[in-house]
This record gives sequence, C-alpha cells and structure tokens, in this order.
Amino acid sequence: MIVDVQGLRKAYRDNVVLDGVDLHVPEGSVYALLGPNGAGKTTTIRILTTLTRPDAGQVLVAGHDVVREPAKVRARISLTGQYAAVDNEQTGRENLVMIGRLMHLGPAAARRRAMQLLERFDLVEAMNRRVSAYSGGMRRRLDLAMSLVAEPRVIFLDEPTTGLDPASRTTMWDAISDLVRAGTTIVLTTQYLEEADKLADWIVLIDNGRVSLSGTADSLKAQVGGERLELTFDDEGSALRAGELLGGTVDRERRLLDLPSDGSAAHVHTVLNNLYAARVPVARVSAHRPTLDDVFMTATKNRTLERANA
Amino acid sequence: MTTTAIRHGGLGNAISDALTMIGRSIRLSRRDVETLMMAILLPLLMMSLFVYVFGGAINTGVEYINYVVPGTILLCVGYGAASTAMAVADDMNNGMIDRLRSMPISSFALLTGHVVASMAKNALSTAIVIGTAIAMGFRPNGSVVDWLLTAGLLALYVLALSWLAAGLGAVARSVQAASGLSFFMLFLPYLSSAFVPPGTMPAFLRVISENQPITPVIETTRGLLTGTPIGDNGWTALVWTAGLLLFSFILATALYRRRISR
Ligand SMILES: Nc1ncnc2c1ncn2[C@@H]1O[C@H](COP(=O)(O)OP(=O)(O)OP(=O)(O)O)[C@@H](O)[C@H]1O
Ligand SMILES: [Mg+2]
Repeated sequence: MIVDVQGLRKAYRDNVVLDGVDLHVPEGSVYALLGPNGAGKTTTIRILTTLTRPDAGQVLVAGHDVVREPAKVRARISLTGQYAAVDNEQTGRENLVMIGRLMHLGPAAARRRAMQLLERFDLVEAMNRRVSAYSGGMRRRLDLAMSLVAEPRVIFLDEPTTGLDPASRTTMWDAISDLVRAGTTIVLTTQYLEEADKLADWIVLIDNGRVSLSGTADSLKAQVGGERLELTFDDEGSALRAGELLGGTVDRERRLLDLPSDGSAAHVHTVLNNLYAARVPVARVSAHRPTLDDVFMTATKNRTLERANA
Repeated sequence: MTTTAIRHGGLGNAISDALTMIGRSIRLSRRDVETLMMAILLPLLMMSLFVYVFGGAINTGVEYINYVVPGTILLCVGYGAASTAMAVADDMNNGMIDRLRSMPISSFALLTGHVVASMAKNALSTAIVIGTAIAMGFRPNGSVVDWLLTAGLLALYVLALSWLAAGLGAVARSVQAASGLSFFMLFLPYLSSAFVPPGTMPAFLRVISENQPITPVIETTRGLLTGTPIGDNGWTALVWTAGLLLFSFILATALYRRRISR
C-alpha cells in the first residue's frame, strides 16, 4: 500500500472532523474521496501531505510516517490543493522553473523540465504571459503541471476540476489518465460523482467523520440494487395510486414512480398490465442503471433515517 | 529522472532555495504596480511636499531641505516595509504556502526571499529620495566614510524593519490585516525629530519623540550627511537598530514557525 491510513482522527477544538478513518491505497491506483461539504476531505488530504498533524492514528505515505518523517514524504509526493497555488504575476514558465529549482533540479534541468510540461499541458503559446491573464482552465493545468515537476510517486488532487467548464474538465481527466498510465498513484477528492465514476479504481465516501461506504464504482452501484424502472404520470394522483399498488418511491413533484427491477421485458410487461387493470394511465416508461448519485442519495438518506430514529 | 535520486536538505540546498525565493520576491515586487509606485513616486512626492509646502513654515535653524532628508528616507522605508508585510500575508493566505510546505525545501526560504526583496526595494526608494533632494538643493557635506556609515546604519535599520514586517505578514489573516498592522511603521517617523525639532512639541510627545528609535537614527544620519552635532546619538542609534533587528528576527521566525506548525 503506497498510502496506508489506520484509525486517523482529527478534531478542531470540539469539532470532530475525522473519527477513525482507514484508507488503503495500492500503488498505481486512482483513489477518490467523496463527501458532502465539510466532511473532512481537505483535512484528510492536508494530513496525508504533511500540512496538518493528525491527533491519532498511523499515516504512512510512500512508506514513511507523515508525522515522524515529513521530509521523506515531501520528497515523494505532490499536492494540487483546492485553490490554485500559482503566482499570478509570474509567467507560466517562470512558475514552473521556480518549482524545478525548489525541487533541486539544476538550472538547465529545471528549464528543460518546464518546457516538457508546458508542451504536455498545451501551455507553450501562453508560457511567457503572466498567469493573471490565464483562463481558469489554463491556471488549473499549470497548477497540475507544477505538481508534476519532480515526478512524484503519489499525487494528491483536492477537487481538481471544481469550477471548470466541461471541455477543461475533460482535458484535466485526460491528463490524470496519462499519469495513471505512467504508473503514478493518485488520491483525489471530488464533488462530482461522474468524475469518481470515470477516473477512480476505488471510491470512498466520508461522512460524519468516518468512511461510510467504499468500493469500486460498480460494486457500490450493485449495493443499491440492479436496474431501476421509472414511470412518469400525467398527474400526482396517478403517481400516488401507482405507488400504493406497486411499492417503490414516489416523487410527487415530478409525478414519478421509481421501482427496483430486474430489467427484463417480462417485469415491465407485468407492471404495465397491473396499472392498466387498475385504470392508472402511464405517460412514459424508462429503465436506467443505478448511478453513483443513487448510491450516495441512499447512503445519506439512511443516515438521516438513523438519526431520526435515534 | 526520479525524485529519489535527487538530494534534498543540507546547507547547499537551503542556500539555493533562498536564492530562488529571493529571485521570485524581487520579480513579484517589480511587477506589482502599487509597490513600485510606492517605491518610486512616494519619495518624489514626500520630498516635494516637505520642501515646497511645509518647509517654509517650519523653523529648524538650518535650511529645511538639509533637515528633512533623513526623515523622508525613514518615512519611505516604513511604506516599503508595510508593502513587504502585505506581500508576506498574501503568500500566507493563499495556496502558495501550502504548496511550498508540501515540498522538501527549507522552510525559511520564503521569508528570506521577502526580506531580501524588501532591502532591494528600500535601497531604490532611498536612492530616489537622495537624488530628488540633491536636485532640489540638498547639499550634504559628509565624507566618503560618513556616507558609508550612513549606508550601513540605514541598511541595518531597513533589515530590522523588513524582518518586523515579515513577522507581521506571517500572523496577518489577510492582506488588509497586514496593512493595518503595519500602520505604526508609517506613523512613528512623524513622532520623531524627522520633520520638526522635538523641542517644539508638547511635553508628552517630546518624551515619546526623544526616546523612540527613529530619532537617534535620524539625528545620526543628519549629522553624518550635513555635519550637525551627533553626540551620543550614534551609539544609541546602533544599539536601538541592532536590538530591533534581533527582536524582529526572533519575533518573525517564531510567528512564522507558529503559523506553519501543524
Ligand atoms: N484550520 C481549521 N481550523 C478549524 N476548523 C477547521 C480547519 N480546517 C477545517 N476545519 C473544519 O473541519 C471540517 C472539515 O473541513 P474540510 O475542509 O476538511 O472539509 P471538505 O470535505 O474539504 O469540505 P469542502 O467540500 O467544502 O471542501 C469543517 O467543519 C471545517 O470547518
Ligand atoms: Mg475541501
């Protein structure tokens, strides 16, 4: 395990942010941390990158303890934080050369490396412009490029695509996929389930200071069950009556009934027959596979129910 | 090329880190229009203001321009230090400090960079004050040794103030807060013998004026450049500035360390 976390705890005064988190990241994988705002994703990343000291637990990154050997960890990782860490009044190239020098490449090597990265991130044309004139996507690409100067073994990305337009997001995804192909381990946080679905080998949901769900995207989806059948009605009353008849969950506002299904034509046929017999007119029918949204909606809904029952 | 093949740590790398950060800070202050205006225009404005506007009304017993040059230098240095505090605060409150801290570099390179850039910025302001003054009729009569002593004393003073500014920048939670904290550096010269002889002030201000560090520095500079009596101001100035430097350095490193501690 290139990142190995056991029983991680962190509190700010009496605000318990992490309450016993375990993470095991195999080398070369993409590991996604998800969670609502304030769940402790950034706190986790800050602890893994030696910026914040954990209260308890063991945290090993690239074989070294983040508390006892921060310098060794720092030599092997890089961080692209939630907010871009670039100098606006330096050019893209100057930013990269500076990082190269700080990573103790010689002056010539630092310049060479800067050029390579400018080419790779499609910033050659803009390299002599100050970053203050860059678009959000260019700035984020530069930010990531700056994290790659020294070819780290583990890269930590805190919400790498938040605030980017779809095209820039795709570019970032491609860049991340390239890194993975080259064998780099990636730990990222994200608000976008689609992003986790697309990039991550393993997904962890942090909620209430603990890992509340974890697994591959497919195994998580399997947890909420197989396919879903979605029936739309012309009025709310029909949706409610269909719900009484068939079970499932009714969305009154959208006049929708959501049913678990095995996805077979026979099941659809039975459902429609039952509704026909009961004289409940159906407007539309659609089947869909569960998304990670369903997974996390279910997970958070269960938690809300548990709280209500407690 | 792999990271593990490169050595981090050690004195050589610490020096190289500091040089890199000095280059960065100088580049950034050169490109910051506001800072540059402060460094270049403020000296021009202040000299004109004191000599042409206030000068006629203040009786110092000597040609006013010869009286006011040291004070103007120190005033501009205060503004320079305030902009240093703001630059440090800027770094401490955006992502840059996190990036630097997650890298295997010497942790004081950032402050060293800002302090050295601050020295350069203030050397420029000081040169402009003196140049403008001479164009306006300032006639110093110090020897080469006097000028060297002046330069040494001022450099020590600027260094002390720059470290103080770095410390203020390190605690400030925003750039605006840093600017607020630096206020006294801009204000203190007015309560000294910089612009009017303390003898003309009310008693309680005179006590402040005669016992604060800026007055002996000004009296010494004025004496070295224009031949007014220095008395024991020379030693007082040296002790004050050296003490201030020591205090500021310790304060800045302690505050910075506390701010970046995990
Ligand atoms: N330095 C700090 N001092 C005090 N409280 C903090 C500090 N940093 C984070 N917190 C608190 O810890 C909790 C978790 O914050 P964190 O930034 O880790 O969440 P997050 O999952 O990254 O959220 P987001 O999705 O909004 O980025 C929040 O309640 C936050 O207020
Ligand atoms: Mg966050």
